[in-house]
Amino acid sequence: MAQRVSLFVTCIVDQLFPNVGLAMADILEHLGYELDFREDQTCCGQPAFNTGYRAEACRVARHFLKVFRDSEYVVVPSGSCTSMIAHHFHDLFADDAEALEEADSMAPRVWEFSKFLLEVARVDDVGARLDDVVTYHDSCHALREFGIQEGPRRLLANVRGLELREMDAAEECCGFGGTFSVKLPEISGGMVRTKIDSIVRTGAKTVVSADSSCLMQIQGALSRAGLPVRTMHLAEVLASR
Amino acid sequence: MSRDAVLQKVRTALGRTPGEPIAEPPSVRLRIPSVDLETRIENMLRAVEALAGKTHRAASAEDARAYVGGVLGGRSAVASNAPFLRQCGIVDLPGVQSGFTDRLALRELCATADVGITSADYALSDTGSLVMLASPAEARLISLLPPVHIAVVPKERLLSGLDELFTILPRLAEQTSSMVLITGPSRTADIEQILVRGVHGPGEIHVVIL
Amino acid sequence: MSVAFDEKVHKTLADANLQLAIYKATGRLIDHRKHAVGGAALPDYQELRSQANALKRHTIDHLDHYLEQFEANVTAHGGQVVYCQDAAEVADFVLRLAKERGAHLIVKSKSMTTEEVDLNERLEHHHLESVETDLGEYILQLAHQRPYHIVAPALHLTRYDVGDLFARTLGVANETAPEKQTLIARGVLRQKFLAADMGISGANFLVADSGAIVLIENEGNARLTTSAPKIHIAVAGIEKLIPRAQDLATFLKLLGRSATGQSLTVYTSFLSGPRREGEIDGPEEFYVVLLDNGRTRLLADREKRQSLYCIRCGACLNHCPVYRKIGGHSFPWVYSGPIGAIITPQFKGIEHEPALPFASSLCGACAEVCPVKIDIPKVLLDLRAEEKRAEERTGRNRMERLAFRIWAWVMCHPRIYEMAAMVAAGMVPSENGHWLRRAPAALKLPPVQAWLSQRDLPPAPAKSFRELWRRR
Repeated sequence: MAQRVSLFVTCIVDQLFPNVGLAMADILEHLGYELDFREDQTCCGQPAFNTGYRAEACRVARHFLKVFRDSEYVVVPSGSCTSMIAHHFHDLFADDAEALEEADSMAPRVWEFSKFLLEVARVDDVGARLDDVVTYHDSCHALREFGIQEGPRRLLANVRGLELREMDAAEECCGFGGTFSVKLPEISGGMVRTKIDSIVRTGAKTVVSADSSCLMQIQGALSRAGLPVRTMHLAEVLASR
Repeated sequence: MSRDAVLQKVRTALGRTPGEPIAEPPSVRLRIPSVDLETRIENMLRAVEALAGKTHRAASAEDARAYVGGVLGGRSAVASNAPFLRQCGIVDLPGVQSGFTDRLALRELCATADVGITSADYALSDTGSLVMLASPAEARLISLLPPVHIAVVPKERLLSGLDELFTILPRLAEQTSSMVLITGPSRTADIEQILVRGVHGPGEIHVVIL
Repeated sequence: MSVAFDEKVHKTLADANLQLAIYKATGRLIDHRKHAVGGAALPDYQELRSQANALKRHTIDHLDHYLEQFEANVTAHGGQVVYCQDAAEVADFVLRLAKERGAHLIVKSKSMTTEEVDLNERLEHHHLESVETDLGEYILQLAHQRPYHIVAPALHLTRYDVGDLFARTLGVANETAPEKQTLIARGVLRQKFLAADMGISGANFLVADSGAIVLIENEGNARLTTSAPKIHIAVAGIEKLIPRAQDLATFLKLLGRSATGQSLTVYTSFLSGPRREGEIDGPEEFYVVLLDNGRTRLLADREKRQSLYCIRCGACLNHCPVYRKIGGHSFPWVYSGPIGAIITPQFKGIEHEPALPFASSLCGACAEVCPVKIDIPKVLLDLRAEEKRAEERTGRNRMERLAFRIWAWVMCHPRIYEMAAMVAAGMVPSENGHWLRRAPAALKLPPVQAWLSQRDLPPAPAKSFRELWRRR
């Protein structure tokens, strides 16, 4: 019997970068998983939590927990959303024993996509092919909260035709930071320009990352600067044939 | 009284009462690696040189004396009252004044001497540090005011590192008002991050191991 | 966001030379630290961090006990502890002592705590000459500026700035070589050290079981400040305590490496009172000023109390992508960078600069390098929640709160979410997949404009993921 995986595509992928969700689904199906996309899913609550609106974040978090209550695996194409669910739901429900228990029971069942591939599906080669020169941006939450660094590089190393060039300061924040990007736009803009200078120095044609919010920030800046470099989510690279 | 006010605020903030016992502190963590003497000497010399200090491994007291004499090159020097310096005949070198016990006289001399000569109570071989405890034998300013500092240290005083130092000196504050670890020549990078040696302390140091 | 903060940020971002100076200086410190704590250089780095965190937690949680133990030991060795509740009391103590001893000239070594209480300004107001002796701080004193960085205070100044400054204030020739400039300062300050009546230092650590202070430095000015004059006063926040001298084996391995990549700084001084019987030099009087100035307020908050663990290494500043853009002077108080962002609102109240806890992308680089494992992002998030609760109580920022209330309601009602999303997507022109340079007419909202001020907007795809999934 095939293992069942619930997709949590995240609101940003749902509305702005649907191909990322489709790519992730293709790969998981290809690996033999049975997928469900629960239509009641919306958001993990991170925007409210990061901006200091705990009550609002709680409401959205409760909704999430309700939607995915009985999922065995919830796979997410974003380190920041995964960290919100796996780490910060716990902080939200300090005063509510029942919700806290639900949150703590969800934490081990929610997986960032690349981590799921490597540690649950136990594959590092999904048979992908993409002729391109790319560079990889380490998203902060994936890197620092889950230690996701070697994993995506291993996955990329097995993509046929792909050359990976490391940028200096791959670990430096792209400057998105959720509402930070619009509350302190000048600083956010300065940070992303430093990031794209780093990208340009590699000569890569594509920037890859495992988080669509980083990619939105980076692509927005590349576009504004009139640079021909494109962005791709790790899932999209891995789904390329 | 401010003392009572501050302590009261601290207790209130912590929810503690005066004289309330405390939990056990985390155990002391001291890990002394086993390093033989020869390796300590090598480590020390290498570490000091990596800091742009100069080193000399003396084969004998005469050798140490000759080296120090060579560094002095006729310049004026003040030496500490460390018995070891006397034993090596270093205080008898031309231009060297020593035996001071008067604070002001010593200070005068330190302010004008070209070279300060001391021994050291210990040395930390992993970091290339001299350990100087203030005492009747070692004044503070000799290793600080003159622009050149020479330390002549018997090899038995070489320790593996900080952990060993804090193990063998359990009552440090009882022994002295001042312990200084000297790790290389004085330096700064405050202007455009450019390294300059010899700001206030000596810009040139020599470590002689005998 | 205060206007002052915005202006300072804008000015710093617009200054290309300054951006480069900050980036290079912090980049160098990042590399130095990396080599000093990585792999074979310090194999038990993570274990040491855990030990340091545990030691600080224990000490802070029992601070009254350790304060009393420290005081007893200082007194036993012939020194005196002076508790000060605020900046005024520190100045009063120093002024009173100076008057009693007929002291006029004071030399100072680098101390963020004395900057915190504006000590120099207060002393100068009473006609005492108080001279900074750390080269960077001396330069800043002459220039009437605040430090830019905890460890590299003058990183924003060039050698030409220094040359001009010395020529103007010291009447010397305009020298631009750092070596020559250092010699000039050395000459001036040497005279001050030898003539000074009093030396004032900070303290990196206060050792409770020894009644000792620990001072680390590279220049030698702290040694001179605490050894040449007859009187030594050390000023330190009450949180600087550690239990035992042996704990220095843990802290000293972390501090230098985290700050500058040095295994040990050039001078590490362990000072436990005035000079003892038989010692030839050293001060005759030794005072340790223990400063509250708001620390007891931080102590009371169990979650945010960890902000007091800081050993002032500066690693968080160096690694912070925000600090590396806005620099030290954009911060409203003497403490800058991530640590400044969490302690400033706690000391001064969040109204002092409400933007500060929000001026972070929460990347976590600071927490990763903090030698005492302060969870800075968590404290920032707690401060943000506190600010929003305060705004609700006082009726500020109504529009934003309403927007998030509506947002949360939409996110809890999936069908409404789908509808709202479709409506919003309909307002965005497709532009053939090109990213948008301007806001679509119907979406000219402040957040959208803020986004567009720096980068292009993504176009709305023809169909959302869920619409595509349904057709799959």
